[in-house]
Amino acid sequence: MIHWLLDPLSYAFIQRGLLAALMVGVVCAVIGCYVVLRSMAYLGDALAHAILPGVAVAYLMGGSLTVGALAAAVLVALGIGALSRQGTVKEDTAIGILFAAALSLGVALISTMRTYAVDLSHILFGNVLGVSAGDLALTAGLSVLVLGAVLLLYKPFLVISFDPVLAATLRMPRELLRNLLLVLLALTIVISLQAVGVGLVAAMLVTPAATAYLLSRRLPAMMAISALVGALSSVIGMYASYYANVASGAAIVLTATGFFILAYLFAPGRGVLWKKG
Amino acid sequence: MNLKEIPTSPARLELENVSAGYNGTLALQEITFAVPHGQRVAVIGPNGAGKSTLFKALVGLLPLRSGVIRIHGQTLRQHQDCVAYVPQREEVDWRFPVTVRDVVTMGRFGRTGWLRRPSPADQAVVERCMQQMGVAALAQKPIGELSGGQQQRVFLARALAQEPHILLMDEPFTGVDASTQEATLQLLDRLREERVTVLVSTHDLDLAARRFDVVCLLNHRLVAYGAPDEVFRAEHIREAFGGQTLSIDGVIVVDQCCSGEEEPGHVHGQAGGHG
Repeated sequence: MIHWLLDPLSYAFIQRGLLAALMVGVVCAVIGCYVVLRSMAYLGDALAHAILPGVAVAYLMGGSLTVGALAAAVLVALGIGALSRQGTVKEDTAIGILFAAALSLGVALISTMRTYAVDLSHILFGNVLGVSAGDLALTAGLSVLVLGAVLLLYKPFLVISFDPVLAATLRMPRELLRNLLLVLLALTIVISLQAVGVGLVAAMLVTPAATAYLLSRRLPAMMAISALVGALSSVIGMYASYYANVASGAAIVLTATGFFILAYLFAPGRGVLWKKG
Repeated sequence: MNLKEIPTSPARLELENVSAGYNGTLALQEITFAVPHGQRVAVIGPNGAGKSTLFKALVGLLPLRSGVIRIHGQTLRQHQDCVAYVPQREEVDWRFPVTVRDVVTMGRFGRTGWLRRPSPADQAVVERCMQQMGVAALAQKPIGELSGGQQQRVFLARALAQEPHILLMDEPFTGVDASTQEATLQLLDRLREERVTVLVSTHDLDLAARRFDVVCLLNHRLVAYGAPDEVFRAEHIREAFGGQTLSIDGVIVVDQCCSGEEEPGHVHGQAGGHG
């Protein structure tokens, strides 16, 4: 049993991959609570896809992929906000347009590169075993930043999410806070890129948080349970990936989905089977 | 339109030529009135007359198209935390994972500061407000598990915890049981002692006439504003409610068939007058 657990860790690249997946699992799960409570799942997915052209441009120009991804995500997040604030189109329409356009632009740019297929699949589905020591340090730094901001701004984010009218009566800077939350979401997506890829990051944001929602009655508890589910999913998924030889991002997301199904069926007071019993 | 000026100064809430609305339509047009300190105002008018829009404008949620709102003589932006708002039930996400105590504690956020934990003094205020509204025993419960009346009391307790100068309540008497209605009215009496200015929107014209100092009759424009017996005149009621009025033996009956989840049935208000 011990050997079974320790054997994979004898490889440095698996150690790094496991640590990266663990951090990404926790950060996604915590910020994911706001994604679930504010019904931003579609926006999260769109942001993830919007990163593609940024990564492609950075790659073509030989710059940092992370910076490119971050710039693209922030631009699209603010673009969606601006486009829907006018009231000319609804927010989900604005998201749909920008998301498809960004994805197409990304694919178009990447298809001009020679190693097209490999690079695209790494971006779409992640390559957690390719995490370098530098990537790991960056992931750790950004994780601390995002978690720190969520903890520090717990009260403002709670109020703008639960009761925008109270936020207005308290004269809170609502637009600023909303954009800040979008930027934190964009940062989270950027650090998730290597672990689970553009295609699966939405699942990492939503599934652990939705699981925790079924198991908790207060936001702090929801965040803690969500973080635990995210962390367990990452670790279990990485081992499953090692032993069953499946793609690690997919294994992590499927594990999280398994936790969600368990909660959906058996959550005390809320689960489907609990209600029938 | 003959608006009676209420000669009380200093007025603590003043609206001057206020127009506001969403997407091109002006739900409120050139509203001007002043509420003296500590008055209790009922805001009435037909559905869609701009009552909720007025409240949204007063809390600063809706930018004004024109005009000025002043509180204590200063424009809205210069004030923090002196207006409390009790939302309509449909405006609240009841599935959000917060307990009764969490919601009431939010009422202290404006005073505690955004980064600090609530002090023991804040917690004492929260406790007292929950007790005053009879929800202290439910403190640990998620708000989604409460009855409609209990949910309203939680939001009243939160408004109390804000220790506001001006309290806005949007339809607090709609769709709640009699004891919650009574608890709300008792709260209004207590707030009068504390000299809190209160604006309440309601469909219940009878209640507006009996339990309020001032009535504000809206239909996009300000139709009438003043003491109940000045506002409840046949010509004002007809002007505001139009086709919803019926004259029976010199008594005007207003038929406000309401929307949404309310009981099918009519809320009748009567206005004396010779029609």
